[in-house]
Amino acid sequence: MSRATLGWIVLGWVGFALLPWYGFDRTAVPTLADYFVSGSALIHGIKGAWWLLPILIPLCLGLVPVIRPLAQTNGGWLIASGLLGLALVILQGFAIGLNGWTFDILRASFGAPGPSQAGMGYGAALTATAFLIILCHGLAARGWCRGDAFVTSSIGVVIALIVVFVFFPVTTILASAFADNDGNFAPYEFLVKFLDRSIWGLDCLSSDLRCGVAWNTLFLGLLVGVGTTALGLAFALIATRTDFRFKKLLRVMSVLPIITPPFVIGLALILLFGRSGALSAVLWDWFGVPRSRWIYGLPGVLIAQLLAFTPIAFLVLIGVVQGISPTLEEASQTLRAKSWTTFWTVTLPLMRPGLANAFLLGFVESLADFGNPLVLGGNYEVLSTKIFFAVVGAQQDQGRAAVLSIILLAFTLGAFWLQHAWLGKKVYTTVTGKGDAGIPLPLPRRVALASYLTALPWAIFTVAVYAIILVGAFVRSMGRDYTPTFEHFLTAFRVERSGSGLYFSGSAWDSFFATVKVAALSAPLTAAIGLLTAYLLTRQRFSGQRAFEFGTLLSFAIPGTVVGVSYILAFNVPPIEITGTGFILVMCFVFRNMPVGVRSGIATLSQIDKSLDEASLTLGAGSSTTMRRVVLPLLRPAIVASLVYSFVRAMTAVSAVIFLVTAEYNMATTYIVGRVEAGEFGLAIAYSTVLILVMLVAIVAIQLAVGERRLGRRSASAAPSPVAVQAIP
Amino acid sequence: MNAKKNLVAATMLAGTMTALSFVSAGTAQAQGALVMYCGVQEEWCRAMTTAFERETGIKVSMTRKSAGEVYAQVKAEAANPRADIWWGGTGDPHMQAAEEGITEEYKSPKMGDLQDWAVRQWEQSKGRTVGIYSGALGFGYNTELAASNKIGEPKCWADLLKPELKDEVQVADPNSSGTAYTLLATIVQIMGEDKGFEYLKALHKNVNQYTKSGAAPAKAMALGETTAGIAFMHDIVTMVVDKAPVKVVAPCEGTGYEIGSMSIIKGAKNLDNAKKFYDWALTADAQKLGAEAKSYQVPSNKSTPVPPQAPKLSDIKLINFDFAKYGSSAERKRLLSKWDNEVKNLPK
Repeated sequence: MSRATLGWIVLGWVGFALLPWYGFDRTAVPTLADYFVSGSALIHGIKGAWWLLPILIPLCLGLVPVIRPLAQTNGGWLIASGLLGLALVILQGFAIGLNGWTFDILRASFGAPGPSQAGMGYGAALTATAFLIILCHGLAARGWCRGDAFVTSSIGVVIALIVVFVFFPVTTILASAFADNDGNFAPYEFLVKFLDRSIWGLDCLSSDLRCGVAWNTLFLGLLVGVGTTALGLAFALIATRTDFRFKKLLRVMSVLPIITPPFVIGLALILLFGRSGALSAVLWDWFGVPRSRWIYGLPGVLIAQLLAFTPIAFLVLIGVVQGISPTLEEASQTLRAKSWTTFWTVTLPLMRPGLANAFLLGFVESLADFGNPLVLGGNYEVLSTKIFFAVVGAQQDQGRAAVLSIILLAFTLGAFWLQHAWLGKKVYTTVTGKGDAGIPLPLPRRVALASYLTALPWAIFTVAVYAIILVGAFVRSMGRDYTPTFEHFLTAFRVERSGSGLYFSGSAWDSFFATVKVAALSAPLTAAIGLLTAYLLTRQRFSGQRAFEFGTLLSFAIPGTVVGVSYILAFNVPPIEITGTGFILVMCFVFRNMPVGVRSGIATLSQIDKSLDEASLTLGAGSSTTMRRVVLPLLRPAIVASLVYSFVRAMTAVSAVIFLVTAEYNMATTYIVGRVEAGEFGLAIAYSTVLILVMLVAIVAIQLAVGERRLGRRSASAAPSPVAVQAIP
Repeated sequence: MNAKKNLVAATMLAGTMTALSFVSAGTAQAQGALVMYCGVQEEWCRAMTTAFERETGIKVSMTRKSAGEVYAQVKAEAANPRADIWWGGTGDPHMQAAEEGITEEYKSPKMGDLQDWAVRQWEQSKGRTVGIYSGALGFGYNTELAASNKIGEPKCWADLLKPELKDEVQVADPNSSGTAYTLLATIVQIMGEDKGFEYLKALHKNVNQYTKSGAAPAKAMALGETTAGIAFMHDIVTMVVDKAPVKVVAPCEGTGYEIGSMSIIKGAKNLDNAKKFYDWALTADAQKLGAEAKSYQVPSNKSTPVPPQAPKLSDIKLINFDFAKYGSSAERKRLLSKWDNEVKNLPK
C-alpha cells in the first residue's frame, strides 16, 4: 500500500471526525468550536443525526489494509470502502433535506416531515473526496489502467466533478422540458414545443417570411466557424512563418477582441455602421451611399462574432502551426515538391487537428454567444437569445427554454461528432524526441499573400473598432456630444482619501474586485482540470473514453442562461447548497471553460510523440513525474491558451452569471449590462476599457509566468548565424 | 509512487481553499440584515439602499436585475428563498409570482396614503404585491430626423401608421419585453381585439426592428437609429433630460400604463426587516428618491412630490387597464401566440 492511499484514508477520518460536516447558516456567526470537532459528523451523529453514523462502517473498512499492508486482498477492501462510503454519503444527502424527507416514499413509510439537515460543508466534501480516491486506488490495485493509481484517481476525480457540476444541474433543468407547468410528466407537450414552426420553419426559402430560429442559428454558426478558422489561420501563419515586422502588434491586436466585455463590440459597430454611425455619415456625405440599417441582423452579428472569436482560433492554431516539424516539410522539398505542393499536401494536412478544433470552437462559441445577437440581432433571431427570453421574458416558459436548449445541445454535439469523423484515425505527431533541428519553411508566396490580404484589412478594421471604443470612454455621449470628459471614469472608479486611508467610493469598485477575485481563482483551476483531462484522453486508454470526452464537452455546449438557471435549481438546496457564494461562480466558470483547456490540450498533445513519455517512463519516472518534467513543458502553449481563456471568460461572461450574482459577488459584466440597459453607454464603455487593461496585464503576466515552449529548432530569422559561425574557422 | 498524488492533491487543495475562502466570506453577515432584489435602474436601487441603511441601521444586500430576471430567480429559489424583498420592476412578473404563491401577503399600515391604482394592484393580487410607482406607455420621435424626413408631429397611435414612417418605428418584442406586452394589451383594450390586431398588423409594416428590451427603442431614438419608438414615457424622458433631440408624446386615443410593484418573498429569512422596508418604501420620503436618481415615474404615495420632468398623469388619457385579466398567464399566452402567428411572421 502506498503512502498516498494511507494519506487519503486519514483525510477521510479527518473530514468525518474533525471538520464541520455541514455548511454554516448564513445568518449565524460560527465560533472556533464550530470549525473543529464539535461541528463534525461524529459529534452530530452522537447528538442525534443517526443517519451519519453508518458512514463509520466504510471508514473502518478502509482501515483493514492499513493493519495488514501486504495482503493480496487489499484492493478489494479499498473498493468496498470507497463504494459503500460514497453511496452512504450521497444517499443520506439526497434523502434528508432542509424540510425533512425529500422522497414521497420515505414520507409515507416513516412519517412526515422526518429529520432535516443543512447543506454539506468542508468535512463532507473532504470525506466524499477521500472515499472517491480510496475507490480509485483500490481499482488501481486490482490492475485497472496498468495499476497506475495516479491515472485512476485522475479519471475518478474528473468524472466526479463533471457529474456533480455538469450532469447533475443539467439533468435537473432538461427534465423540465418534459414537464408541463405543474411539473407533471408530459411528453406530448414536449413534442408540440419541439416541432414548433418558429423553430424549424423553412419559409424564407420559398417566400419572404422568416425561417425558423434553429436554421438561423445553424447558418450563423457555420459562417462564424469557417470565418474564424480562416482568419485565425491567416494570423497564425503570419505570426509564425513570416518575417512580418509588426508580429508582436498583430498578436496583441488579435487578442484584443477576446478580452473585450460583451456588448462593447456590438455598441462600437452600431456607432460605426449604424444609421447615424460615423462611417455611415462619411459614406453618405462623400459618396451618397444612403444610410440604412443593414448592421442589424445577420451581417452585424456575423461581423461582431468574427471580431470576437477569431482570437480563439488564433490561440488554438498558433500552437499547432508552431508544433509542425520542419523535418517533414524538408523531406517534401528534398523530394522536389514545390513550396505550394508542400504546403498543400504536408503542412495543411498536419494542421488538421488544429483546424478542426478551431472550427469547432468558433461554431460552438457562435451558438452560445448571447451579447452580440442581443445588441445587433435585429429581427434575426438565434437560439441563445430566444432561450434567455423564454426564461426571463414575458412568456416565462421554462419548459420552452429547455426544449430550445436541447436543440442547441444537439447542434453542438453534432459538430463534435463530425469533427471526430473528419480527423479519423490519422496520426498528427510532429514533435518527437528525434533529431529535429530544421528551419520552418517560409510560406509559399500565394499563401503568404492570401494571409496578408485576409489578416491585414481585418487588423485595420479591429483597430477602427477599438478606436471608437477608446473615444467612447472619454467623451460625454458618443454619437451626440463629443465633449471630452473623465466623468465616466470618476463615476465608476473614484478613490477618495479619508482619515483611515483610501476609500473606494466609485460605484464599480465592488463588482471590479469581485470579478478579479473570481477570475483569478477560476483560471488556474480550469487550466489544471482541462489539461489533466486532455492528458487522460490522449495518453491513456480506458473503457468509456468517448463517453468521458463527451461529458467534458457538454458544459460548453449548453447555453449560459440554461447553465445559470440550472445551477440555481440544483445547488440552492441541500446536499450541495452553494448559491449566493463566490464558490458557485468559480465552479460555473471552471466547468464552462474547461472544454477550451481540454481542446487545446488535445490539439497540442496529439502532436507530441508518445515515445517522449515512454522514454521517461522507461527511465523509471512515474506518470506524474513524466507529466511534470516532460509533458507539461511541451504543453506551454496549451497552458497559456487555457489560462488566458478561462481568466478572460470569467471576466466577460454574461448570460451564465446573471442569475448567480449576489450583492457580495456582483460581476463586472452584470454591472455593465445594467449600464447599457440604462442607456449609459459612456460609463459601460469606460468600465470596459478598464477591464480590457486589466486583462491585458493579466495575459502578459501569464505569458511571462508560464514561459514559451522551447523546441530544439532554429527560427527562420536566426538562420544566417550558423553559416557565419561556420565561416570563421 | 509517492509523487503520484501530487497533482491530484494540489488540485483538491486548491479547490478546498477556494471553498473555504468563499463560503466563509458568504457567512459574514450580521443580524439585522435584508436581502433585496431590485428591479429598477442601478442608481435608484443604490439610493434606496443607502437611505434605508442610514435610517434603520439594517444592512441591505442589494442585487439589481431586470424584472423578468428577478422573477425567474425567485421562482428557481422558491424551495429555499435567498431574498427577503423584491422591490421595483414592472407589475406583471409580480402578479405572476403572486398567482403562483411564491410571495407573501402583507397589509402595510401605510396603505391609506396610496393612490387608488396602487391599492387596486394590492387588492387584485390578494395582498401579495403593492404598487410603488406607475408610468404611462407612449411614444417619442427624434426631432432632427423627423424634420429632415418631413414627417409631421405624430400625436396619436394612428399617426404611427403613416406611410412616411415606413421602417421608422421601433418597438420591443412582446415575447421578451413587458413594455411591448403592455402595448399589445393596451391596443387590444382601446380598439377591441379584432381592430387592435388589424392595427398591429398595419404597424408591423412600419416597424424596422422588434428589440429585445423594452427601453431599447428610447435609446435608439436618442442615437438617431430610428425616427420613432414606442416605450414607457419615463424611459424616453430620461433621454430628453440627457439632452437627446427627442420629443415625448402621450397618444391622443389614450394609453395603458405599468404599475411598478413591491413584494415580500414567501419564506423570507428576515421577514421583520422586509416588512420594515415595505412600510418605509411606501412613505413619501423614500419615494422622493426616484426623481433624485433620474427616474421619472409617478410615485404611488399621494403626498410624494411628482418630479417636474415626469409626464403628468393628469395630462395623459389613461385607460382603465385591466391588470387582473391581462396579467393572468392564460390570457398572456393566448395573446402572445396570436401575435406571433398573425403579426410577427407577416411579410413587410
